[in-house]
Amino acid sequence: MEILFSVTLGILVASGVYLLMRARIYPVVMGLTLISYAVNLFLFAMGRLNTGTPAVIGKSAEYGDPVPQALVLTAIVIGFAMTAFVVVLSLRALGELRSDHVDGEEPRE
Amino acid sequence: MALALIIALPLLGTFLSLMTDRFGRSWCASATAIAPAIALALLLQHLPAVLDGNTLLFQQEWLPAIGLNFSLRLDGLGFMFALMILGIGLLVILYATYYLGKEEHVGRFFAFLLLFMGAMLGVVLAENLLLMMFFWELTSLSSFLLIGFWSGSSDARKGARMALTVTGGGGLALLAGVLLIGHIVGSFELTQVLASGELITNHALYPVALILVLLGVFTKSAQFPFHFWLPQAMAAPTPVSAYLHSATMVKAGVFLLARLYPAMAASDWWFYIVSLTGLTTLLVGATLALFQHDLKGLLAYSTISHLGLITLLFGLDTQLSTVAAVFHILNHATFKASLFMAAGIIDHETGSRDMRRIAGLWRYMPHTAVLAMVAASAMGGVPLLNGFLSKEMFFNETLNQGLLGSFNWLIPAAATLAGIFSVAYSLRFIHDVFFNGEPVDLPKYPPHEPPRYMKIPVEVLVLLCLVVGIFPGYTVGPLLAAGASATLGGELPYYSLAIWHGFNLALMMSFVALAGGVLVYACREPLFRWYNGMPEADAKAIFERGNQVLEKVAAAVTRRLETGSLQRYIALMLLSALVLVAVALTPIKSLQGPVPLSPIDGLTALGLGILCLTAVLTVFFHRNRLKALMTLSTVGLIVSLLFARYSAPDLALTQISVEVVTIILLVLALFFMPDRTPAESSSLRGLRDFTLAGGAGIAVALLAFAVMTRPYEHIGEYFLQNAVSGGGGHNVVNVILVDFRGFDTLGEITVLAIAGIGIYALLLGLHLPHPLTDPKGKPWSTDSHPMILDNVARVLLPLALLISAFIFLRGHNLPGGGFIAGLITAIALILQYVAHGVEWTQRRLSVSYHSITGAGVLIAALTGVGSFVFGNEFLTSAFGHFHIPLIGEIELATALFFDLGVYLAVVGATLLILSNIGHVSQDESSREVL
Repeated sequence: MEILFSVTLGILVASGVYLLMRARIYPVVMGLTLISYAVNLFLFAMGRLNTGTPAVIGKSAEYGDPVPQALVLTAIVIGFAMTAFVVVLSLRALGELRSDHVDGEEPRE
Repeated sequence: MALALIIALPLLGTFLSLMTDRFGRSWCASATAIAPAIALALLLQHLPAVLDGNTLLFQQEWLPAIGLNFSLRLDGLGFMFALMILGIGLLVILYATYYLGKEEHVGRFFAFLLLFMGAMLGVVLAENLLLMMFFWELTSLSSFLLIGFWSGSSDARKGARMALTVTGGGGLALLAGVLLIGHIVGSFELTQVLASGELITNHALYPVALILVLLGVFTKSAQFPFHFWLPQAMAAPTPVSAYLHSATMVKAGVFLLARLYPAMAASDWWFYIVSLTGLTTLLVGATLALFQHDLKGLLAYSTISHLGLITLLFGLDTQLSTVAAVFHILNHATFKASLFMAAGIIDHETGSRDMRRIAGLWRYMPHTAVLAMVAASAMGGVPLLNGFLSKEMFFNETLNQGLLGSFNWLIPAAATLAGIFSVAYSLRFIHDVFFNGEPVDLPKYPPHEPPRYMKIPVEVLVLLCLVVGIFPGYTVGPLLAAGASATLGGELPYYSLAIWHGFNLALMMSFVALAGGVLVYACREPLFRWYNGMPEADAKAIFERGNQVLEKVAAAVTRRLETGSLQRYIALMLLSALVLVAVALTPIKSLQGPVPLSPIDGLTALGLGILCLTAVLTVFFHRNRLKALMTLSTVGLIVSLLFARYSAPDLALTQISVEVVTIILLVLALFFMPDRTPAESSSLRGLRDFTLAGGAGIAVALLAFAVMTRPYEHIGEYFLQNAVSGGGGHNVVNVILVDFRGFDTLGEITVLAIAGIGIYALLLGLHLPHPLTDPKGKPWSTDSHPMILDNVARVLLPLALLISAFIFLRGHNLPGGGFIAGLITAIALILQYVAHGVEWTQRRLSVSYHSITGAGVLIAALTGVGSFVFGNEFLTSAFGHFHIPLIGEIELATALFFDLGVYLAVVGATLLILSNIGHVSQDESSREVL
């Protein structure tokens, strides 16, 4: 299972990075979103992949590591705030510069 | 403590100068003089102790871990310098009051002067070498401000910049040298350093440390080949020159030679480098001084030559030479300060400093002329004046040294030659300015005597030259003895300060110098013609050219690196990150760790497969943005399922609610953005990006696999064991968030709030072109609020709020909590916006999301502060079981209040973000997006 999980992480990261390097803002934002999924999963996986062990006292015999979970929980919410910030920043840039190119101007031919 | 006050007073006085500026010049000057006057009184209090050879120490720890202490030291040498700095400083303040023009910022000038004075006092009174470095740099900076005081003139700016570059660069070298000394000795305190002379000179690093320290000394004291900044610094107002180039700034270098003499001098390295540099500077300065036509230029080069003389004396291998050096420091300060002031008076009264135009001033300003002539004679070494005494000692020591073996005679010969030139330029200063016919074409004619009080500082200094010159033993004797013994760090050699030592070789050299000087001055015409024929080396032009080349190179490098292409930067950063990871991972022997792999489970594998597929599809569709957004949302859904699968119900709940708001956000953004991405990447760039993306993916996959197959120790056990007993909750993830790591969470909701406010600010006044049709040209649906959605949304709202409250309340013991409940509430409200439109919703929901966000952060913070009331640390939670009628036994924790803060912050920030993007569409037309 770990192999499959790692490969999936790799594909998520690769897709995200490829989109991150596009020239228009929207794909870049999508790339960032993909990368943040991957990063959250990666951090989460640092607590290892355990099934049936939620970290709620008294609900199961064993408990997973709660620390990465707490870390990722806030990361998800902050990630949303950051995505929103980038999106609005690019909207503002679009409004000011009339271009959605990441360099703020249409490429010169 | 009094020692610290001596340094602090001038620094504090800067404020007084600035504040009294508005009351007029005389008030400002008097107020400025207060601080140095008190400091001088404090200093003189210690005079008896210092003359007895005591060393006063003041200790105060600052950063003991790096050896930096605020420790001060007052011994003979420091006392002598502090006396010069404060005494001449006071005279300069009086002088400058009359020198500066009517429209100049006197307050600012005096503030800079006091800043510089405090810095200099710090240098000479520091016991800790790092502390001294601190003040040393401060002198460079404040002298920059002083030299560039007339910032309107290009010469002043260039001169100031050059002085800062040269002395600042030297300061860096000195810092390195000081650090090396500290490394060798194991302490930066001078008491230890001065006692470890043998340890230092025998250390392998000694030559390096010595050269670094000397670089600092030579740049500060304008020694050849770093002398060029000093003449350029003459663009400063003359009071500044009188202060910086007589008693203070340039003397800081030779002060350091004296200070470190016991620690570093006992080696051939020291004697050869210091003496030869001093000798060269002495000769170069004396020769060039004769050929300057600018009065201040002559004095500048003369200063260089005298500094060379002092340096040479420190480099000679006799003990008496060090006494002579200390003596000459004192004498040079007095006569050079008075000469600069006299030059300033002449400049002030005639409007010119060009000796080819100024002449015959004896008739116009006899009083000033007498003063200047006495001081210039002291500079030339005429008997009965103080310059003669130390020069005599200097000549004597050149004869007593044995540095160059069979070439020993070279040093006295060169010294006599420099003496000849020194007499010649002193004579030129007297004869060209005060006699030599009538003035030519002066800007101010006829010149007359300056205001009475402007001459007082000059008179005081000239009087000192005379008194010291005639009665050396009674006046300067004890001070010199204290200063010299502190320099040598022990017993003084025998010397006599008498004027008359009988006919000896040194006296002969003095006479040769006097006669030769007169002779050289007499044949100055052919000498000037010869000098004019020489190729000109303009230090300023060379320095400027160097600067320009440097700027060009820097600009070229910047242009190569900073192309303005974000894609390029990202590619470079990713590449570097990849290289770093690859290098760090190479030592790993086997990728797979000892932990056995878990069995493959079909359903999860299918989920992972869909995840991969949708991620790749997002890339594939990325030019068609709506399609890509759909596949992206699938990725998010599967991720939340994965969390649920691997025992993280809280994460799954959070992820799925964040997913909803993220997609709404991206759809909103898409409304304003082009729907399609133009194809514009070249295939080469595509290949580059593909390779990088693949590399990053592989690196992450390998890293994750390597970690997951290795066993690990985690701190989670602690939280698991203490969640119920310490935090009063069964859901450990939530207890960590609101209790154990509550401070982190407080930081995180603050970030969330800041992001919300930032977005609000970014969207203020933003107008975006409003597409009236979709990309294919079809008009938007006229039914912007479909009836079914409208009705369903109304029913859903109370249900969603109920669920949200339920999730919130149970969060401490079961999956849920403030974050998730906040997101659910936000989604329920956003649904109202979508279903009914912004206007409709806001009429009914007239709350400010700013306040909600702020209230959330405040409640969370106050909960934390509340624990102070009970004598606990920040964010300590309390909990207990309460019996409530009808409901029964219930467990309540203060963490619930904290979680309420989290809840409100999340609701507020999310709505602040989304409703404001919705607003953008409201601005320009009645058509609504939401």
